Amino acid sequence: MADSAGVEVKPGTTTETAGAPQVAPKETQGSEASRQRVVSPEYMFFEAPRERAFITGSEAAKEAIRRANVDVAISYPITPQSETMQQVGALWAEGYVKEYYRGEEEFGVMSAIAGSSRSGARSLTATAGPGLMRGMEVVASWPGGRMPLVLLIMCRVINAPLSIQPDNAELAYLINTGNIVFHAENQQDFFDFALKAFVISERPEVTLPVAVAVDGFFVTHARGYVMLPPKDIKLPPRDPYHEAIPAMDNENPPARISRDAPIQKSNFISYHVHASWQQEVWAAVERSRKYIDKYMGGLVEVVNPGADTIVVASGSAVSQSREAVRQAEEDLGERIGLVKVRSLRPFPTRELREACKNAKRILVPEFNCVGWLYRDVCAALYGHSKAEIIPGPRVFGGISLPTEMILQYIFPDKKFAF
Amino acid sequence: MSFDNLKMSPALEKYMTKEYRDLVERGPYGKQKKVSEMGTFKEILEEHPMCAGCAMTLFIRLTMIGLPSPEHTILVGTAGCGRLALTQSSIPFIYGNYGDTNAVASGLKRGLAMRFPDQPKDVVVMAGDGGLADIGFSAVMHSWFRKEKFTTIMLDNEVYGNTGGQESGMTEKGSILKMAPKGKLFEKMDMIGLAKTANVAYIARVVPTNPTRVASTIRKAVLIAREIGPTFIQAYTSCNIEYAIPTPKVLDDAKEVETSRYGFMEIMSDEAREFLESLEPAKKAKGKKSESEETVTAS
Repeated sequence: MADSAGVEVKPGTTTETAGAPQVAPKETQGSEASRQRVVSPEYMFFEAPRERAFITGSEAAKEAIRRANVDVAISYPITPQSETMQQVGALWAEGYVKEYYRGEEEFGVMSAIAGSSRSGARSLTATAGPGLMRGMEVVASWPGGRMPLVLLIMCRVINAPLSIQPDNAELAYLINTGNIVFHAENQQDFFDFALKAFVISERPEVTLPVAVAVDGFFVTHARGYVMLPPKDIKLPPRDPYHEAIPAMDNENPPARISRDAPIQKSNFISYHVHASWQQEVWAAVERSRKYIDKYMGGLVEVVNPGADTIVVASGSAVSQSREAVRQAEEDLGERIGLVKVRSLRPFPTRELREACKNAKRILVPEFNCVGWLYRDVCAALYGHSKAEIIPGPRVFGGISLPTEMILQYIFPDKKFAF
Repeated sequence: MSFDNLKMSPALEKYMTKEYRDLVERGPYGKQKKVSEMGTFKEILEEHPMCAGCAMTLFIRLTMIGLPSPEHTILVGTAGCGRLALTQSSIPFIYGNYGDTNAVASGLKRGLAMRFPDQPKDVVVMAGDGGLADIGFSAVMHSWFRKEKFTTIMLDNEVYGNTGGQESGMTEKGSILKMAPKGKLFEKMDMIGLAKTANVAYIARVVPTNPTRVASTIRKAVLIAREIGPTFIQAYTSCNIEYAIPTPKVLDDAKEVETSRYGFMEIMSDEAREFLESLEPAKKAKGKKSESEETVTAS
């Protein structure tokens, strides 16, 4: 990997551009971490030279955090997430992350990360399946608290019989909380989305937590090619004084969302305060669209637009669908469309309507038994498409999704072996 | 910096209420007020929606006087009666989820310490017995084991007052309350003992019968938490509604409870004691020095 970004590097100097002064701890002075240079998000995302690495999804997350200028990271082990947050611990030991500890369990961790976000610090945690469900009371309260932070999720089974296997049923709950939710397809996405999530989360008109989900094991524990910018650059620090509500640092008047008794008690003021506040939260989710367009290339990626049959998928189901689309074209001479959903919240309603306006059949393959993406697709296209929307194929509990299974749904009259 | 937040813009000064001007001009900011001066300065908490005669409210007012640096303090609370008063104070207050106080305070304190290395920011958790000993128990214990540098104050009214009078872990054995229709079947939880087990740097049990002692206990706890480690105050703040204590008799009840079972107790580590003595070298910190690391002063 390149040592510099092709720009001047001044060893041993702090190069912060804004926010509270940050001084490397004594033991890390002179280290690689202390020599990191702040660059603009645009430089980091689009201009910095990138080199190819062959790494796991967990390592991709680590490389994103190394460049994300994170202040506070709080960890708790759960398979298949543990490797990521222990690697973040290694980054803390090397001085790339300023504060780090292992919390008591996920309710405590999600609460503590809310505290650190409210202190004005750039904050990170990660969890998986049952851990997300355990912390959900807190996770559902973050958006109303307008707390910028990043939550990485390595999806796994949440229901009985208990299993550590990949399955993303947990996202059915998360997408209805007001958190921004991205779903990464592969190791490259996981690196890019995690890094970009911090910038989108902290935009003044957004000021919301961003969850970046990825399917456990398929991505976290498998290697893939990831194009990485150099490790001697990092994002600008968080500026908590340019966000929708101020930090709770007693350096400025606090937001009064949790203060006034009339707001907490049952009365007409409280109903209206709550209703208008939640409308604003969801409006802020929508306002993140322009940054998703700018930094992530849009809420969706469309392959073979205008095809009669379109597969709509997110996460690992996209990789399998991509391969099924290739097989259909090369082996069967059939052109099949594919819509990759990058952002689950905000949901790409208008993008889907545009991509599917001529479709006759739409398939929604998923790695869960409830079909949350199918429901969202149906709701988005209702009244806007005459296509038959097919719920599946679905696999869950750790079962893989063979491309032949997707092809069988696309071509029900043919016979595929899987 | 932070006191500047409260100051009035000169152009708007004449439109501000008398109460607000008093807070800015005659508040306790930047100077340690004494309990004996009550009535001569504007308190941080005066008006509140608490029940008439509520002992918890008296305790909270005294707490505000004891805070060494209210202009650099952030309060953390959870559901319960106490937060109805805390929300009315001129100190930033975080009202999070049920039982999350000590986890929120851990992240908050670490983030503030990182952002303001040269300005102590005091984090103070103030929540009820249910919030800390029942639903928030795990977070409380782990914040102590991790040696998080903030103060935990339990408003122990021995009942879930805000939800209408249910038994809590801190209720006395035998008390008949909602959800304990046959009387509570197990002992009051020994949170003081648990704090000792966790080596909490400063532990106090107090009843608001002696206002000056309440304020000085708070002050010590917050200062020690700033420098040494976690501190814990368990305060008897009776619920006169659920325990049917006649309003004029609230302090009589407090005195009776203090005498019979809830006497003042203060335990501090040698490190905490040395730190307090270093602050006021002329005045040795009170309490007999024992052979163990702890000193107990009961009255």
